[in-house]
Amino acid sequence: MAKLINLKINGKPVSVPEGTMVVDAAKKAGIDIPVFCYHPKMEPVAMCRQCLVEIGRPVIDRATGQPVLEENGQPKLQFGPKLETSCSTPVSEGMVVITDSEKARAGQREILELLLTSHPLDCPVCDKGGECPLQNLTMKFGPKESRFLYDEKHHAEKHFPLGDLIFLDRERCIQCARCVRFQSDIAGEPVLGFSQRGRHTEIVTYSDPGFDSVFSGNTTDICPVGALTTADFRFGARPWELKSSASICSQCPVGCNVTFNVRREVKAGGGYVIKRAMPRQNEQVNEIWMCDKGRFAGYQYTEADSRLKLDSPELDQALSQAAVKLAESASQAVFLAGGRLSNEDFYTLKQFATRLGAKAYLYTRHGGGEYTTRYGLAPGSNLGNLGKGDTVLVVASDLYHEAPLWYLRLKAAAKRGATLIVANARATKLDEFATFVIRYSYGDEVETVKSLSSKEKVGEAIKNTHHLVIFYGADGLGLTGTTALAQACADLFTSLPVSQTAPKANNGLIGVWSTPNQQGALEMGFAPCADLAAELKDKTVYILAADPAGDDPTLAEALKGAKAVIAQDILETETTRLANIVLPAAAYTEREGTFTSGERRVQRFYPAVPARPGTKADFALIAELAKRCGIDLEGRSALLVMNQIVANEPAFSGITYAKLAEVTEQWPIIGRSDLFYGGTGYENKQGLGVTLSLTPGVSPQGRDKQATLLSPSPAAKEMRGEGLRPKEDELLAVPITKLYDNGTTVAPAKLLAAHIARFDGVFVNPATAKKYGLENGSQARVSLNGVTYSASVLLDESISTGVVLIPRSFGIPLAEPAFVLLTALEPAQEA
Amino acid sequence: MIVELARGLWTTLRALIFEKKVTVQYPEEKKPVKQRFRGRHYLDRYENGLEKCIGCSLCAAACPSDAIFVESAENTDEARYSPGERYASTYEINMLRCIYCGFCEDACPTEAIKMGDNYELSFTDRRQAIYTKEMLLVPVPPGGKPTPQVTPPGVYTRSVPEMKDPVD
Repeated sequence: MAKLINLKINGKPVSVPEGTMVVDAAKKAGIDIPVFCYHPKMEPVAMCRQCLVEIGRPVIDRATGQPVLEENGQPKLQFGPKLETSCSTPVSEGMVVITDSEKARAGQREILELLLTSHPLDCPVCDKGGECPLQNLTMKFGPKESRFLYDEKHHAEKHFPLGDLIFLDRERCIQCARCVRFQSDIAGEPVLGFSQRGRHTEIVTYSDPGFDSVFSGNTTDICPVGALTTADFRFGARPWELKSSASICSQCPVGCNVTFNVRREVKAGGGYVIKRAMPRQNEQVNEIWMCDKGRFAGYQYTEADSRLKLDSPELDQALSQAAVKLAESASQAVFLAGGRLSNEDFYTLKQFATRLGAKAYLYTRHGGGEYTTRYGLAPGSNLGNLGKGDTVLVVASDLYHEAPLWYLRLKAAAKRGATLIVANARATKLDEFATFVIRYSYGDEVETVKSLSSKEKVGEAIKNTHHLVIFYGADGLGLTGTTALAQACADLFTSLPVSQTAPKANNGLIGVWSTPNQQGALEMGFAPCADLAAELKDKTVYILAADPAGDDPTLAEALKGAKAVIAQDILETETTRLANIVLPAAAYTEREGTFTSGERRVQRFYPAVPARPGTKADFALIAELAKRCGIDLEGRSALLVMNQIVANEPAFSGITYAKLAEVTEQWPIIGRSDLFYGGTGYENKQGLGVTLSLTPGVSPQGRDKQATLLSPSPAAKEMRGEGLRPKEDELLAVPITKLYDNGTTVAPAKLLAAHIARFDGVFVNPATAKKYGLENGSQARVSLNGVTYSASVLLDESISTGVVLIPRSFGIPLAEPAFVLLTALEPAQEA
Repeated sequence: MIVELARGLWTTLRALIFEKKVTVQYPEEKKPVKQRFRGRHYLDRYENGLEKCIGCSLCAAACPSDAIFVESAENTDEARYSPGERYASTYEINMLRCIYCGFCEDACPTEAIKMGDNYELSFTDRRQAIYTKEMLLVPVPPGGKPTPQVTPPGVYTRSVPEMKDPVD
C-alpha cells in the first residue's frame, strides 16, 4: 500500500495514496473538477487546461525542514501566482486546493469560452447532445455569453468517415487527444493522430482502411464532444429518450458487461428496439471498454429478418410432435447444445437428458474443458491485478481476434510489469507487447508447452512467479489438439510450485472458447463428442443454439441420416432448414439468465426488449418439452432454475441472483452526472458477478469418463509427435478464428459486412501464393479430403510457407488440421 | 319595491336594446383568434420548400405531456428534406395528449414547429388524434419544391440557421 498523503480540497480533508493527481483526489472526495483531456484510465497530458485550480503548498523552513507556522499555529501556505492544472499535479503533504474560488472559476470559465469560439453549437443535431461533457460543463462552469464574433467561427468538415464505423465531425473536435491516446496507449493500435497546427489541427487516421481498430467504438465513449460518433447510432435517438438495460456481451467468453439502450420505434410497430450497446463498468472484467464486435454485432440479430417464430397453436403442435419423438427414442435421443445457451438452459437440458436417459453433448470443436473446470481461475481473481512478478502464458490463441478484451487486459498487465509469454505458430497482435515470443510449427503445441519449463529464461519466468495464468486457444487446432494442449497446460500447472497450495486467486487455466457460456456448460459436466457424425446416426437429435449442418457438410449428411432432427434456435440456420421440427427460441436480449465467462465468473443479464411473439426462452422450451414427455422440470423463471442449479451443482454453490446483482464501489467513478470525467460508459448498478468456487482435482460427475472418450485418434497421435509436416505439393491447412466471422449471430450485423468480408478467404504467405501462381484476392481451389472448395486468397506475411490458414465459419469445414491441395482457379497471367 | 324592480328591468332592457351583442353564430360565423393564440401545430418550410424541422426531438423533450414523438434520419444531397445532416423521418403529435402549452414552439431551434390558429379539433377515434408529419407540414410555398429534393453538394451544410432576435 502506497503512503497516504493528507491534503485539503475546498476545505475538505482528503487522504489519498502518494502519486494521485489532484483531480482524482478531488473526485474521491466527491468534488468535481471540470476536465476534457484528462481521463482516469490514461496518463495526464494537461492539454486542454480546463482543470485549472488554485493550489497552495505549506512553506518549509529551509534551515529546519519544518513547515513555517502562521501566528495562529496553522502552517503558512504559499499559493502559486497562477492557476495550476489539477490533472497533472500530484498531491503533496499539507497541500490546499481550491477549485471554486472566483479566481479558479474565472480560469475554468475562460477556457470554456475559448473552446466555444470554434465549436459549431449544433447541439440539436449532434448525437452527443444530452450526454455531452462540453454541453454539461458549459452549463455548469461556462460563460453566459461569448465575447467572440459568431461570424469568425472556424468551419471544417462535418461528416468525415474515419472508418466505416466511426464518423468524425472536425468542427466539433476540441483537440483533447483522448481518442489518439486511447488508440496508442490503451488499444495499442496507433491509427489516429493530429495533422496541421493551431486552429487547423485535425484528427486524421493513418491506417488503410481508415480507423482500422477493433476498439474504435470506445473512442466515441470517451470523446468529450460529438466529434466522434458511431455509424450504427447515427441519429438513432436522443440520449434522454433511451431506457437502459444491463446485459452481458455474448460474442466471446470474456463476458463484457454492457448496457443496451432501447426505445420505441415506428418501424417496430411502436415496440421496443435496441438502439445501441454501451460498455458497463466492471473493473474485473472489461473495465470501461468493449470491442467493436460486441458493439456492432452484439445485439443486431435480435431484429434480424431470419428470426424464427411460430404462432401459439403452431408452437404447441411442434412441441407435441417433438415430445412424441423424444419420448419414443428415450435413450436413443442425442442432445447437442451450443455454448450460446445460458447456465439455466444447460441445467434444464441436463436434467431433461438425465431423466430421459438421453445423451447430452456440448457442440464445440474446442476441447479441454475437463481441465479448465479443475484448474480454472479461483474466486478473487482479476486480470487487472496481474503485474510485476506474475506470468501470463498465451498459447495457440490469437487473443486480439478471439477475445479482444483479454488482449487489452494482458497488454495492460505486461505494461504493469507482468511477464507475458506468447506462444503461437504465427505472429499475433499480442506479440508486440510480449516479454517472450515463442514460435513453433503447427502440430508442435503440446511439445512446446512441455518444453517450457526446461527453457532458460521462460522456464524461470514460469517457475519463479507469484501467479500464473495460462490462456489456451484453438489456433490451428481441432478437438483432439485442444484437449491434448489443455492437458499439457494442466500438467505444466501442477508441476509448478505456484499451484502446490490450495487454489489461490489469479492462478489458472483459461480456455479461449468461441462462445459466451462454454465454461458454464463444462462446469455442469457437459463435454463435446469425439465422433459426432457416427453418434447422430439413427438417433433422434435435439439441437440447441448450434448449427452443425452449416459448419460441416458431413454433419449435415449425418443429420439427414438421423431418425428425426429437432432444432431449437434463434435464427434460421442450415440446421433449422433440414430439421423436422423447429422450435423458436428467444434471443438472450429478450430474457433473463446468466453466463459463465472464461474466467469462471457468473454474470447476470436482464431482458432488454420483450420476447418476440411466438418465441420462448430456451429453458422454458426445454421444460415444456420435458413436461410433454412426462418429466416435470422448472420452466417458469430463470431465477427458479438458478435456485436448483445452486442446490444441485457443486460448482455453483453459494450463488444467488441477488448475490450476482451486488455491486461495490469501483474506481474510477464513471457514468454518473460527470460524463466529462470517465466518458459515457455506464456505471455498474446491476451486478459485478461472482466467480465460481474451485476445488482442484475434483471434476464434475462423469467428467473423467468423458475425457477418455476424447483420447485422440491414432492418426492424430502419430502426427503430433513430430509436428504436422506436409508432403510435397501439399499444404497444411489449419483452422483459425478471426474476430469478424460469419457466425449465426454475427452475420446479421449489416454494418460489419465489409469487415467480415475481409476475412472471407484463405490466408497464405506471399511466397506460397507465388509458388502456386496466386495473387492477393485471386480465386483458388482448396481440395480438402477429396472435396474442392473455392475461396479467395488473402496474403499474410506473418504465416509460414507451407501453411494455409482457414478462418472458421467461412464455408470450408476444417475441423482439425489437415493437408490440402491449393490450385489457382484461373491460371495466373504469365509475368 | 316597484322602483327597485324597474331599475333591475332597465338593466336587462338596456343590455337588450342598446348594447352590442357578443354572441357569435358559431360555426357559421367565426371570430379571428388573437395573435398569440395557441392552436393546432404546423411544421413550417423554408421558401425553397425544404422542411425547417431537423428532427432534433427537443420539442418532444420539452413537451410536458409526452405528446410528441420524433424519429430522425440522415439527409443526403440526393434526397434532402431539410438543411444540414438530420431530418425528421417520423413526426407525430397526439392531439389528445397535447395541452397546447407552446413549450414545443419555444424549444424548437429552427422555428419549425409553430402553433397555428386552428382550434377545431374533434375526433371519432383515438387514432385520428395522432397527427403525422404529412398532416402537420404546410404545403410547399410557391416557387419551392417538395421534399425530398436533389440539392447541389456543399450548400445546405448547416442544420441550425443563425438566430435573429425573435420579432413579435
